[in-house]
Amino acid sequence: MITLTHYLVVSAILFTLGVLGIFMNRKNLIVILMAIELILLSVNLNLVAFSNALHDLVGQVFAMFVLTVAAGEAAIGLAILVIYFRGRGTISVEDVNRMKG
Amino acid sequence: MIQLLAFYLFAAVVCVSGAFTILSRNPVHSVLWLILAFFNAAGLMVLANAEFIAMLLVIVYVGAVAVLFLFVVMMLNIDFAELRAGVMKYAAVGFALAVALVAEILIAVGAYSAGTLQLGRRIAPIDAKVNNIEAIGQLLYSRYLFVFEGAGLVLLVAMIGAIVLTLRPRTDVKPQKISRQVQRRAKDATRNVNHPVGQGVEL
Repeated sequence: MITLTHYLVVSAILFTLGVLGIFMNRKNLIVILMAIELILLSVNLNLVAFSNALHDLVGQVFAMFVLTVAAGEAAIGLAILVIYFRGRGTISVEDVNRMKG
Repeated sequence: MIQLLAFYLFAAVVCVSGAFTILSRNPVHSVLWLILAFFNAAGLMVLANAEFIAMLLVIVYVGAVAVLFLFVVMMLNIDFAELRAGVMKYAAVGFALAVALVAEILIAVGAYSAGTLQLGRRIAPIDAKVNNIEAIGQLLYSRYLFVFEGAGLVLLVAMIGAIVLTLRPRTDVKPQKISRQVQRRAKDATRNVNHPVGQGVEL
């Protein structure tokens, strides 16, 4: 029998992997964006699992909106990445604070 | 029983491919592992009776977002070996943070398991007779209509933003100007000259 705790554990592992990915690939902006996608995936998994466990459909509707925002975020993030690379020739995030002004 | 086996299979593949997503040396491999993770998360969502979200995950994430990542990785000429250089410098901090996060999540799950969580009133109870997609559609187009349109607005703003950000005036290309081509007449383009013999031709 699959319980809610099973889903929570998988989702926790995914969330932790995403946070770890952000910290380990401090230079590579593309992998950081992918790690953020992993985090949002784990959140969606949580929402769907709770929706199933509590027999309420609102969790799935909310997961859909999270998906929408994640897609928009990926598009904008990659666009910023492309213009950053065009101007600088690298995607290292370490000197990204020079982007201001 | 078969459901539990399928759950463990999907969960194991999700975790392994998530780990390889952040550990791969080559970002193209990272994207491919991310696609595998999304497919298996879709399987997990099917097991949780959320077929619509599972399909959305496959179509939107694998079909659009992952391909977008793949395009960007392959379009930019990036020296990835140089980017990998400082990975181990931050690994200790990352692992410490990850361990703290796992501990906190375990505490949270323990606290959740200690008592039962009961919803006082369900907003949209799941009806076993109506299938998942129909129920979500009915909810989305009635109670959550404004939120749904807000989501559409978010996508519109993201699309316009991405186009505006990456648009640049190109000076190194020769685009076709159709209006000038159509306006051109034979009278403007040619001339008749009565040229003297023995002299060069002026072009």
